[in-house]
Amino acid sequence: MTYINLVILVLLLSTCTYYMGLKKSLVFANDKRKTSHSLPAHHATLCLMWAIIPSILIILIWSSVEEKIILSSIISNIPELSNLRSSYDLLTSDIINSSLNSEIYKSANPVVQEASNKFLSMQESSRKLLYIIIISVIGIGTGINYKRISPTLKARTKVETITKYLLLASSTIAILVTIGIILSVIFEANRFFTTVPITEFLFGTHWSPQIPIREDQVGSSGAFGTVPLFAGTFLIALIAMVIAGPIGLMSAIYLSEYASKNIRDIVKPLLEILAGIPTVVYGFFAALIVAPLLRDFGNNFGIDIASESALAAGLVMGIMIIPFVSSISDDVITAVPQNLKDGSLGCGATRSETIKRVVLPAALPGIIGGLLLAISRAIGETMIVVMAAGMSANLTANPFEAVTTVTVQIVVLLIGDQEFDSPKTLAAFALGLVLFVVTLILNYIALHIVKKYREQYE
Amino acid sequence: MDKNLKKRSVAEKKFRFYGLLSVLIALSLLAILFISIIHEGTTAFIETKIKINADFDEKIILNSGRKNIETIQKADFNKITKKSLSNMFPSVSGRSNTKDLYSLVSSSTPFQLKKMVLKDPNLIGKKIDVWVLADDDIDMIVKGNSKRDIPEENRRVKNFKLSLLEKLEKDKRVDTFFNNTLFTKGDSRDPEQAGILGALLGSFFALIITLALAFPLGITTAIYLEKFAAKSNRFIEFIEVNINNLAAVPSIIFGLLGLSIFLNFFGMPRSIPVVGGLVLAVMTLPTIIIASRVAIKSVPPSIEEAALGLGASKTQAVLHHVVPNAMPGMLTGTIIGMARALGESAPLLMIGMVAFIVDIPEGFTDPATALPIQIYLWSDTPERGFVEKTAAGIIVLLVFLMIMNALAIYFRKKLEKKN
Repeated sequence: MTYINLVILVLLLSTCTYYMGLKKSLVFANDKRKTSHSLPAHHATLCLMWAIIPSILIILIWSSVEEKIILSSIISNIPELSNLRSSYDLLTSDIINSSLNSEIYKSANPVVQEASNKFLSMQESSRKLLYIIIISVIGIGTGINYKRISPTLKARTKVETITKYLLLASSTIAILVTIGIILSVIFEANRFFTTVPITEFLFGTHWSPQIPIREDQVGSSGAFGTVPLFAGTFLIALIAMVIAGPIGLMSAIYLSEYASKNIRDIVKPLLEILAGIPTVVYGFFAALIVAPLLRDFGNNFGIDIASESALAAGLVMGIMIIPFVSSISDDVITAVPQNLKDGSLGCGATRSETIKRVVLPAALPGIIGGLLLAISRAIGETMIVVMAAGMSANLTANPFEAVTTVTVQIVVLLIGDQEFDSPKTLAAFALGLVLFVVTLILNYIALHIVKKYREQYE
Repeated sequence: MDKNLKKRSVAEKKFRFYGLLSVLIALSLLAILFISIIHEGTTAFIETKIKINADFDEKIILNSGRKNIETIQKADFNKITKKSLSNMFPSVSGRSNTKDLYSLVSSSTPFQLKKMVLKDPNLIGKKIDVWVLADDDIDMIVKGNSKRDIPEENRRVKNFKLSLLEKLEKDKRVDTFFNNTLFTKGDSRDPEQAGILGALLGSFFALIITLALAFPLGITTAIYLEKFAAKSNRFIEFIEVNINNLAAVPSIIFGLLGLSIFLNFFGMPRSIPVVGGLVLAVMTLPTIIIASRVAIKSVPPSIEEAALGLGASKTQAVLHHVVPNAMPGMLTGTIIGMARALGESAPLLMIGMVAFIVDIPEGFTDPATALPIQIYLWSDTPERGFVEKTAAGIIVLLVFLMIMNALAIYFRKKLEKKN
């Protein structure tokens, strides 16, 4: 009695309704004396849509609420259960586990056993009910539509209207996702801010989120001051931009103003490869190749470079960002009108003077927008820093030391099993909220600048 | 005047040189990245095996039981392995020396021998030569990843063990083979037994889910926004703003979404490809929508107008004429999106796909990791043997990405030819 069988059944039944509709409409479609509004395929599709859309909707809703309703009814019906475990979540997972593998998970408690048996039987009957509902929905839908099939039925218009609404529905998914992100992050972050004040979170300078297991453990209160994380994030992003900014910009200038078309056609895709390499590869490169190299290099010159230094992560992140900077700069430089350049060259300026005094000032807003986009990439980048940067918070501006970033801490806090009521887990969502807001603002400003700049020259 | 001109010409040359220099730096960084990964990774595609003289001692295997499958299942093949090795080196004695001897071969050896006996019970009581996997330390020495000539205290393989290995090499009992283990096994704590098949399949299942969700949703959204939506509608504008923003949201945020919505709210299990696929689908959706819109825009309006002029309805004109023409472009966008999803790891870390999973997943709901996550896990392990595995995993990942991008380029070329 699984959902997959049910979906297959729905598909089979709807195919049947399609052919029923097709058969009936073909009768009058082949009749030369009458003119029909719609093609047989439209009539058939209308039948199909009326069978498939409601049943899939019912299945979706049913499957998302079934378990919760059954569990709450069981727990409210068996009063002994609520004495058993303090947390509702633990109780429900107990019941589900023992019903899923009754062989392995022999729950010591007979009450839980009883509940799990009840759960199974209720689930069974709920599935039966669902089957009956689905079959009757398809039956009624098909019956009504089959009866209505006639040369005058405007099946095509109806099918097209439904199609349009389906298309609209799928385009609202993007909104749903955004709402999902915002709700999930804000909801959990809000819970976090009830235990830790927001001012301490934003302005505290000590970060050590380890919550002890026992209440009386030494150093028991976790500290959630995020200033060291932001400092680390910006230090690494800064190093990355120091690498990527000049190299990306100068490559873009060279490629768009100096290089011949052949060279451009070869070099540009090669640079794009850098953007397509997965970040985990950069992480490997940073952690296992660049970092040891830097450490040995530092040892030779008597500089102490940590093996998880901000420098290694920043350097490699810079490499990753070069193509972003260069492709956006390339776009804005080529968008500068040719007559500006011609005017400057005609006055006797050399090419570099033209670029420095005419093209770059004209393209500056676009370039700044591109750099902002690159910075937002650098701030949100996760794998490189998880693999190559440090884990412990360290408030320093020295690139040779290990620092940690916002994304690293989100990963550290959330890897492994977590409970959704400890501040440690919720802190990750608060960090996520900050990250989301910061990147959103950066992107908004950057896109706004780039858009305005484009309008200026169009 | 002349002096000034010279100065300007020098400045021009300098500027041009800086431009060339930065292009060269960027390209050489790309080259260094690839060369160092290939340099680290190629040795992982071969594995060292040792030919041991397996002594399937009847007494040890049957242990005075009857000769049936149950007895063989219970038999102590550890003892068989140890006995075989001791037979080959009768002179080795003392606790630490025998320990060195036994650790020449991989800890998978007893299982391999057991499998052989289960397959052919007639082997019991016989002595035959068998190629078994070498331990990862030995593997590293044979492949030259660990040096033999560094001082003993810096070496993982000490002098005595090295002498055993050299004796074996002299007897031609050590050789390297193509590394089948890498492509047929799941993860393992021992580098020599670890493979990427489990992770590859995990990625595969997750990407199937991603494709099944993101492709239809992405192209239908693009079709609606380009062809049916009213142009100056507040709601439509809101949708567009959302899509553009989602395209720029850091991927880790999608992991938080997956964690709190799919795992916490809907109560889906951790570490399964279905949830991974859902999260990746949400993440790649904007990419596919944006690329598909560009593809639809590039279809000449005359095609749609001709269809409308011949009496087709708007829906018919779009679905029968515009969409098929835009399909190669949409597929290109989808493949690029899928390539990004394949390489993505941060959101998968959040939903528990980062776990030590030995079993090879058989379906969408079996616990699994993904290829990039496997790379991350291996890169985090201290053993020298895992470094080359990590690089090998990266090479495999890059090969898949190259294939996907080649496909995308193929579709694009096809499209260009048509227009």
